[in-house]
Amino acid sequence: MAKSHKPVVWFPFAAGGTVIAFCMPVIVLLTLLAALGHAPAGLDYQNMHVFARSGLGKLIIFGVVALSLWSSAHRLRCTCYDFGLRADTLAATVLYAAAIFGSIAAAVFLARI
Amino acid sequence: MSRRPLVRECPPTTWYFRQPRYMRYMSREITSIFVGAYCVLLVVGLQRLADGPMAWEGFLLALQSPASIVFQILALVAAVYHAATWFNATQKAMPIQIGEGFVPGKLISGAHYAAWAVLSLIVLILAGVF
Repeated sequence: MAKSHKPVVWFPFAAGGTVIAFCMPVIVLLTLLAALGHAPAGLDYQNMHVFARSGLGKLIIFGVVALSLWSSAHRLRCTCYDFGLRADTLAATVLYAAAIFGSIAAAVFLARI
Repeated sequence: MSRRPLVRECPPTTWYFRQPRYMRYMSREITSIFVGAYCVLLVVGLQRLADGPMAWEGFLLALQSPASIVFQILALVAAVYHAATWFNATQKAMPIQIGEGFVPGKLISGAHYAAWAVLSLIVLILAGVF
């Protein structure tokens, strides 16, 4: 009874939590500025496209999106349990599947850019 | 006489109203809902970016709806709250020992806050906000 699947879940969770803490507030701030009609030049199609086409840009975008998705899925699973939803296997399956699906979708979109 | 274990009643859906610290815990838990939803928004944005200039402009325009603005404000609050609580927890999660003593916890959390501020500033400058 030495093997556990937990590190596989935990490492991306911790990495994602850190990524969310460092990157998410400023990303939300940027899209909020755009939503308020003050879109910064960096959010223009041209600039975003150049960024997302470069290898480093792809790596950064995929890393942020995939790790954030996974961390959020893990946290939502815990949140479901804390709010009284005891069907943990179901919640874990649905949420992790959604996170994996979202990550694959992000990779496909990035590959198309 | 048989001994019965002490079983404390724990209402599964309302337990966190019992104590302020449980409420604080749950308020942090709730941020995951907004952060998770915002991650979905990011994936959708990526799709629009891959679809070309027209789709991207449409995405930026859709962000301007009132519901979207309210959601993003909530997401911003949630993300900042997540960040602050995460950095506050770093000093407990990874204490650094030097010799006999430990590096003061405030220094570890403070370094994270400083790095956060610098990184956010760099992203804002690169995005052309200033």
